[in-house]
Amino acid sequence: MKMNGAQMVCEALIAEGVKTVFGYPGGAIMNVYDEIYKQDGFEHILNRHEQAAVHAADGYARATGEVGVAMVTSGPGFTNAVTGLATAYMDSIPLVVISGQVPLSLIGTDGFQEIDAVGISRPCTKHNYLVRELSELPRVLKEAFHIARSGRPGPVLVDIPKDITAEFGDFVYPDSVNIESYKPTVKGNNRQIDKAVEAIIKAKKPLLYIGGGAVLSNASDLIRQLAEMTQIPAVETLMARGVMGDSNPLLIGMLGMHGNYASNMAMSETDLVIALGARFDDRVTGKLSEFARYADIIHVDIDAANIGKLVDVDYPIVGDLRNVVENMLTGLEGAVKPARYSDWREILNQYDTLHPLSFQDSDEVIKPQWVIERIGQLLGEQAIITSDVGQHQMWVAQYYPFDRPRQWINSGGLGTMGFGFPAAIGAKRGCPDKTVINITGDGSILMNVQELVTAAEYKIPVINVILNNHFLGMVRQWQSFFYDQRYSETDLSFQPNFKALAEACGGIGYDVTTKEEFDAALQDAIEQNRVTFINVAVNRFENVLPMVPAGGALYNMILADKKETK
Amino acid sequence: MMAETRRVISVVVENESSVLSRVSGLFAGRGYNIDTLTVAPLPGTNRSRITIVTKGNERILEQITKQLHKLIPVYKVVEHEEMIEKEMVLVKFPIEESLADIQALCEAYNGGIVNVGVHMIIGMVADEPNRIRHFIEATSRYNPIEIVRGGVVAIER
Repeated sequence: MKMNGAQMVCEALIAEGVKTVFGYPGGAIMNVYDEIYKQDGFEHILNRHEQAAVHAADGYARATGEVGVAMVTSGPGFTNAVTGLATAYMDSIPLVVISGQVPLSLIGTDGFQEIDAVGISRPCTKHNYLVRELSELPRVLKEAFHIARSGRPGPVLVDIPKDITAEFGDFVYPDSVNIESYKPTVKGNNRQIDKAVEAIIKAKKPLLYIGGGAVLSNASDLIRQLAEMTQIPAVETLMARGVMGDSNPLLIGMLGMHGNYASNMAMSETDLVIALGARFDDRVTGKLSEFARYADIIHVDIDAANIGKLVDVDYPIVGDLRNVVENMLTGLEGAVKPARYSDWREILNQYDTLHPLSFQDSDEVIKPQWVIERIGQLLGEQAIITSDVGQHQMWVAQYYPFDRPRQWINSGGLGTMGFGFPAAIGAKRGCPDKTVINITGDGSILMNVQELVTAAEYKIPVINVILNNHFLGMVRQWQSFFYDQRYSETDLSFQPNFKALAEACGGIGYDVTTKEEFDAALQDAIEQNRVTFINVAVNRFENVLPMVPAGGALYNMILADKKETK
Repeated sequence: MMAETRRVISVVVENESSVLSRVSGLFAGRGYNIDTLTVAPLPGTNRSRITIVTKGNERILEQITKQLHKLIPVYKVVEHEEMIEKEMVLVKFPIEESLADIQALCEAYNGGIVNVGVHMIIGMVADEPNRIRHFIEATSRYNPIEIVRGGVVAIER
């Protein structure tokens, strides 16, 4: 069939089953937007900033497991999208981002809104393309979706010069992909798996160390089975919250810089780490030489480069978690008596009793942790929670009772402030039946606050709970602990009237200073079915604890709250 | 600290415009060292072969190989162990220097004089990298005007 390149883009998206595209038009991408206007195969959401469009596609992808799609124009449209690409790249989120480019004849001339998109995005995409001929466009789009979702997922950029979207040609969308140089290893090596199973059977204090890969590979059910069958306790990384389920007695908690005492002690004392889709990030390991120092390490990851990158691994297994864990289950069937690790679990329980995750609640001021616990009590499994970056993010990870994977959406790797609100918009579009709440801070929310307009226009009822401490809280906490309380540029006392801001943009705002007001505001926000800001005045100097100081060993945690005055 | 070792790596890639920047950008972005890098198309294919001489500790060298493998247009990464390794060098000498001496020197390193003009003599040598280093040292007494090294190419034995 003859059509122009712009139409081919739309046809390809429809063929890929894309239902929602997030984007922002501009000169170089106008041909495609003209075809978007004419088609009805997918909806387009006009975010108010390209960064937000990519985060929204990202939130959509994290909530649904499908490839998220965003569209931007050349030059500044593309550079605005870079933070979104990098965010998705660091957390291995499947995205296809389509950017317009100046016409081929202008490339290299410093044309209006020209920038080397492929050059800039190379280190923050899984792969990228500059389309040079119309005839390769269908294949490139097909490959982009394939690369984004297969192997270790990630964002793919397709940069399309304007003359190519105008040109007419034959459109045949390929039904399969064959990239000879790209064949991800899905099936784990059986002999390696057998050896790992042997090690598990011999271990006395094994520990499941579960990472974001467990979410990406949809392996949660199998990992729960593995834990259940063997009765091996588990710790989760920030990105894996929800994989084991909050009520699971085998879950010790989150480990790492703000992990709970028992989890970090478990990692410090285990004799066998079973790493499942985790990548030994510095925020997890603390001081590497002290990390899991008594343990042999089994590392299962679909990305061979993750294995042995930071720690020496005794049982490396490259493959998809689902496949590998399934084979482990077969090997372990009947091989481990459930009582085998009961002493080990008892030690960990004692650690948890000694220093449980806790905060001092108050009747005078709302504690941020209380807000999160409260949302958990009221909504639990029914909500999808997104967050921005900082103290509130850590409190959510600590205190929200996540029951299932894809319930918790945050920027873990890149740590992008401004991620939460647009990601919530995307998540709500992908999962309209869920209540979507962005738990954010008074610093982060302003970094994509224009999305109020998007959410209001498209009637996407995202609830933003702003834990407002009038501080850039996490930086303030570090300044308190490590910079002698010099609060350099972290005092956010001057701030907008959040309630009025929400209302000016077509949303609803609530100012909350008591627990009763919070309950009432949340209840109302859920019923209103509109975008809302719940501005919660919380204790200014609350710290995220426990804390492992950067570069310290996991077992050296700051536990008790430090008294401090300004 | 683990000891640094030198390694020669060949990377067979799809012959496309951005592939060299993907490879060199990977080294720059992750802080890997490049001593030399050469690239040329493989005859009769749409592929190119990039030869990189790098150094690092075992962990780094392993990461380099794995990260190169992750690049979509990379077909094959060969970490050379048993190899024939050659590098080429061109040296320009002033015409005042002894042609016979320079010729003898170049021949001692499997090379020769490739051009003699009005003002200069050009010698060429292709040999193993450390022999090239010795050759360059030896040329210093003939006041070389310009030295151009070609980078290492290698083939597995």
